[in-house]
Amino acid sequence: MQELDSVVIRFSGDSGDGMQLTGTQFSNTSALMGNDIATFPDFPAEIRAPAGTVAGVSGFQVHIGASEINTPGDEPAVLVAMNPAALKANVHTVKKGGTIILNMDAFTDSNIVKAGYVSDPFTEEKLEDYLVIKANITKQTTEALKDVDLDNKSKARCKNFYALGMTYFMFNRELGPTETWIKEKFGKKPVLVDANTIALKAGRNFAETLEAIPNTFVVPKAKIEKGTYRTINGNTGTAWGFIQAAEVAGLDLFLGSYPITPATDILHELSKHKNFGVKTFQAEDEIAGICTAIGASFAGSLALTTSSGPGIALKAEAMGLAMIYELPIVIVNVQRGGPSTGLPTKTEQSDLLQCMYGRNGESPMIVVAASRPSDCFEMAFEASRLALEHMSPVVLLTDGYIANGAEPWKIPDLSKVLNQINVKKPTGDSEQWLPYHRDENQVRTWAIPGMAGFEHRLGGLEKAVETGNVSYDPNNHETMCHIREEKVANAAKNIPAQTLEGEDSGDLLVVSWGGTYGATHMAVKQLQEEGHKISLMHLKYINPMPSNTEQLLRSFKKVVVAELNLGQLRQILNGKFNLNASGYNKLQGLPFKISELVEAFKNELG
Amino acid sequence: MTENPTYKKKDFVSDQEVRWCPGCGDYAILSAVQLAMTKIGRKKEDIVFVSGIGCSSRFPYYMNTYGLHTIHGRAPGFASGIKSANPNLSVWLITGDGDGLSIGGNHLIHILRRNVDVNLILFNNEIYGLTKGQYSPTSQPGLVTKSSPYGSIDRSFTPAKLAIGAGSTFFARTMDTDPKHMQEICLAAEEHEGASLIEAYQNCVIFNDGVHELFTNRKTRDDHCVFIEHEKPMIFGKDKNKGIKLTGSTLEVVTLGENGVTEADLLVHNETDERLAFMLAGMRGPELPVAIGVLYRVKDIHYDEEICKQVEEVKAKKGPGDMTALLHSGETWEN
Repeated sequence: MQELDSVVIRFSGDSGDGMQLTGTQFSNTSALMGNDIATFPDFPAEIRAPAGTVAGVSGFQVHIGASEINTPGDEPAVLVAMNPAALKANVHTVKKGGTIILNMDAFTDSNIVKAGYVSDPFTEEKLEDYLVIKANITKQTTEALKDVDLDNKSKARCKNFYALGMTYFMFNRELGPTETWIKEKFGKKPVLVDANTIALKAGRNFAETLEAIPNTFVVPKAKIEKGTYRTINGNTGTAWGFIQAAEVAGLDLFLGSYPITPATDILHELSKHKNFGVKTFQAEDEIAGICTAIGASFAGSLALTTSSGPGIALKAEAMGLAMIYELPIVIVNVQRGGPSTGLPTKTEQSDLLQCMYGRNGESPMIVVAASRPSDCFEMAFEASRLALEHMSPVVLLTDGYIANGAEPWKIPDLSKVLNQINVKKPTGDSEQWLPYHRDENQVRTWAIPGMAGFEHRLGGLEKAVETGNVSYDPNNHETMCHIREEKVANAAKNIPAQTLEGEDSGDLLVVSWGGTYGATHMAVKQLQEEGHKISLMHLKYINPMPSNTEQLLRSFKKVVVAELNLGQLRQILNGKFNLNASGYNKLQGLPFKISELVEAFKNELG
Repeated sequence: MTENPTYKKKDFVSDQEVRWCPGCGDYAILSAVQLAMTKIGRKKEDIVFVSGIGCSSRFPYYMNTYGLHTIHGRAPGFASGIKSANPNLSVWLITGDGDGLSIGGNHLIHILRRNVDVNLILFNNEIYGLTKGQYSPTSQPGLVTKSSPYGSIDRSFTPAKLAIGAGSTFFARTMDTDPKHMQEICLAAEEHEGASLIEAYQNCVIFNDGVHELFTNRKTRDDHCVFIEHEKPMIFGKDKNKGIKLTGSTLEVVTLGENGVTEADLLVHNETDERLAFMLAGMRGPELPVAIGVLYRVKDIHYDEEICKQVEEVKAKKGPGDMTALLHSGETWEN
């Protein structure tokens, strides 16, 4: 038995092979056994893409470790390939010397052709650099289930648990958590509980007796901060963060949304929690999604809408309206590969400029971004807090990678953190009240229908200062544009100061934002350990930025902005601070690899 | 519960100067609606007027209630959000034939389908007014406008048919020249639980003057409109001697006393009959009068009540939400 500090495993198969489930089980079991983990579900946009083709391959990569894990890993050490297409799609990412487990039953002539191989895949791929374990996973699963009262097709469907059992043996994983899960999931159909449990054990036993697996591995418990942990993915964390914000603010939570990948799981999750007073409105389109939310905000709810880039494009006019109304609302953009329909299931950070500027007129908006799956809870809370305390729409940016990716999360103690929001309800006499009278931060108050004496009208036409009545006065318009700009800028007083990882000055400052944190953090850490004068500034508050941002940027000889777009934050920083930052950019629908960042930053360091 | 105050019309007049063209039908509708508000038995602070974009959509600025002037075509979304967030509010939606049937057609059918308890008044003047005179989805084919100098080649919607097709539970028709009738219809709409769509024939004095003249002019109105009432025979005409008769599946105008026709031969209105409502919706001159009044009214579940009911049901079943319990749900472990 060999001890490893960390290992990366990729489960890969046809869209219908259950690889997401298999990967999730491996991840959850590892987390429960005390490892740090990071996951990366990577699946096609089609629900059932043509079976057997590379386009239809669904993958789930998990990185488990005895030390800090921040990314799903650059190169898998183990690949489980359930068919030829899965081999073809992934073999080139596997670490040299790694292990490849193949389901030989799927290597039929027709599947080999569908995968795009012209001859024997094993010679074509030159697999001599890998340890290849060929197993008849489908046949052996069916055989193991011969006494179970199921048809053969249903028996064969349990093959993913057989494969999972094999990996559990290789990595000394406990079967218990998955057995419990199977019981809960299939409890109503005892025959399926039996079948999946038998398949899991059979796979494990097969691996144990198989001489082809020369070595097994243990990944000891990670030494992480004490506390109670759970696994969380970004979309669930986001949904829960809003529930917490509504509880703290003492408001009902209202979500107006239209289904769109990869944001829909937030709608699914919130729809489960109506006992918190959550109302979810599945609208007829993206526009109605945000319009119902603005209506609910006018009526006094903490309101939000959730979407991705194409949906945000449709919501732009209503976002501008919420901005000029000065009503609190959160717009969540779970970014995916663009432009247009783009790459719906892949990740990207290319909607930053859209969210900052993609509206007619001068339309400033608060923009924040979550850094990792376990940060989504906090940033959803923060987005709500800023919306309510600054009477402004707030955009929360996440992305497909952190939305679907999971990691352990130290459950926060809500008696100590994320428990204060100051709702701007009017106080005092309604006779004196004016809809657009403002406090020292230019924030107006929020009077809602039902409050006697506060009857007022909001509109999208330019409004006079203080009264909010329609005004076409030229100077008033200019004044109002400045006020709205200033109001958003003032939110900088209400956010934490920017921190750096590393020294406060040096040769190179890496700037990143949003869901790339895990990779930039690990790359910078590695270079710091090698002795380089490099630091990381990871931005979560993008508009406004923390007030010390400029000073930090100016304390380094060079600045490089790493982002999954063609340089959108770089453009903002260079424009705003007159910098000459360079960029490291990638647009492949995939997260950064640590190795590519290390190389890029080394080049910058010279 | 405190007693509702007694209101006068001026209580619903805002301090904003009304800026419609002199002679516009909107003035009469505004006045009738302000009067209706004194009679619906709701507190001023519980009333919200919502509109989209267009001449009619300036309406909320002139009502001394809560109000939202929103974006083009999307008022049903805002109104649905308001009513779902707080079903205690009396929500009114003001729209036009361009706002409600063209750019906002999708939202209109969905608010009707969900049956959100909102009262919608669709000002139908068969023209785009605010953009200075282009044909709309209710303009008759052939209409010459700035964007159709050789005549419009668009076929037109009949709002009533669209509404009934979309699953509307209340559809009524009224007109700017009959403020008393309009008030009655507003009260009926407020009383109805569910989406109530009121089509108001409204005259655009600048770009489509007289489009409804035959039906709305007091001189010709009685001979070209039948004011329908539930369970009453359909009688109309200056001399109250004409009626609507259903022969087979065809509606026809008959004269009482001629050819032995008596009141007993006439069609009796039934508000709950969807097929009848559809036939009435399609009546149009010169052979037939247009139907004015409540064409269709049925009870059904309405969204705003259902959304709250579900919250209460889940609360009763699972207990009120507990954030700490939620965070610790599923599998957790100690490190």
